[in-house]
Amino acid sequence: MADAATTGAPGAAASRRLQHQFESPAQQKDAASLGMWIFLVTEILFFGGLFLAYTIYRWENARSFAHASLHMDIALGTINTVVLICSSLTMAMAVHSAATGKKRLLIGFLIATMLLGGAFLGIKAVEYTDHIRHHLFPGPGFHYTVPADARAAEMFFSLYFAMTGLHALHMVVGLGLLTTLLVMARRGRFSPEYHTPVEISGLYWHFVDIVWIFLFPLLYLIGRHLK
Amino acid sequence: MSDHIVPVKIYVSVFVVLLVMTATTTAVSGINLGPWNTVVALGIAVFKASLVVLFFMHAKYSPRLTQIVIFGGIFWLAILILITFSDFATRGWLR
Repeated sequence: MADAATTGAPGAAASRRLQHQFESPAQQKDAASLGMWIFLVTEILFFGGLFLAYTIYRWENARSFAHASLHMDIALGTINTVVLICSSLTMAMAVHSAATGKKRLLIGFLIATMLLGGAFLGIKAVEYTDHIRHHLFPGPGFHYTVPADARAAEMFFSLYFAMTGLHALHMVVGLGLLTTLLVMARRGRFSPEYHTPVEISGLYWHFVDIVWIFLFPLLYLIGRHLK
Repeated sequence: MSDHIVPVKIYVSVFVVLLVMTATTTAVSGINLGPWNTVVALGIAVFKASLVVLFFMHAKYSPRLTQIVIFGGIFWLAILILITFSDFATRGWLR
């Protein structure tokens, strides 16, 4: 609050950040994490709707979906999975650095996470460009080599672009959060007593990683045993 | 509880298991197991996601209330999928 913030006594960082409705900084931090988790639960069901649509259409077009997924570049998909797992580790380490009061490490891990997130989006852009060049973007320009499978394949690619696109949008939002954290970290806003923004942005980043953990096998690998 | 600091060793172990599981799921997808390909792929994905939730997202060290909320979210997702498939999976029974 403004009145407490003006005191600025050294060592008062924790109490300065404590809002009046909470009994202790620990309770305040638990409440913040709980609030973030409630948001993430809505995200689970948001993505859940798309995963459900995918499951229904794959249930009805199993073979066509498997063949359509052969158009995915498994090497790029695997690299991107590894990139995201690495970014989750660096994010977890950023939270750890903030919790142990290591400012320089925190800044380093935040930058590493941003670079990995950027690399993921870059690789995704290469894949999108490739699909579009091969006329696999759904719509009037969609062209598929096996006419009998074309409708189901177009549905597969509609779901592919919707799901990975929504995921990529979440990555962009995540990079925005990380930029904010980086600025705050450089200004010395975080301490072992108060680093809630790092903690709950970490929850978000890991959630986005989990979505990809499911997207990767369902979109890239379902046709591989047919090769 | 909320002041619990997870040792770096645990983060690195989880990271290594996640990489090994990624290699496993990619390798297994090349073998034709029929319907079991999907089962194995989803099993590995659920295992990987659980590791991320429990350790990277600190669910293992979170207050019980937070754990109930996480469980609730997954439970509602299960309702969404199971009840929808009680329809789609049984449509053939009438033919």
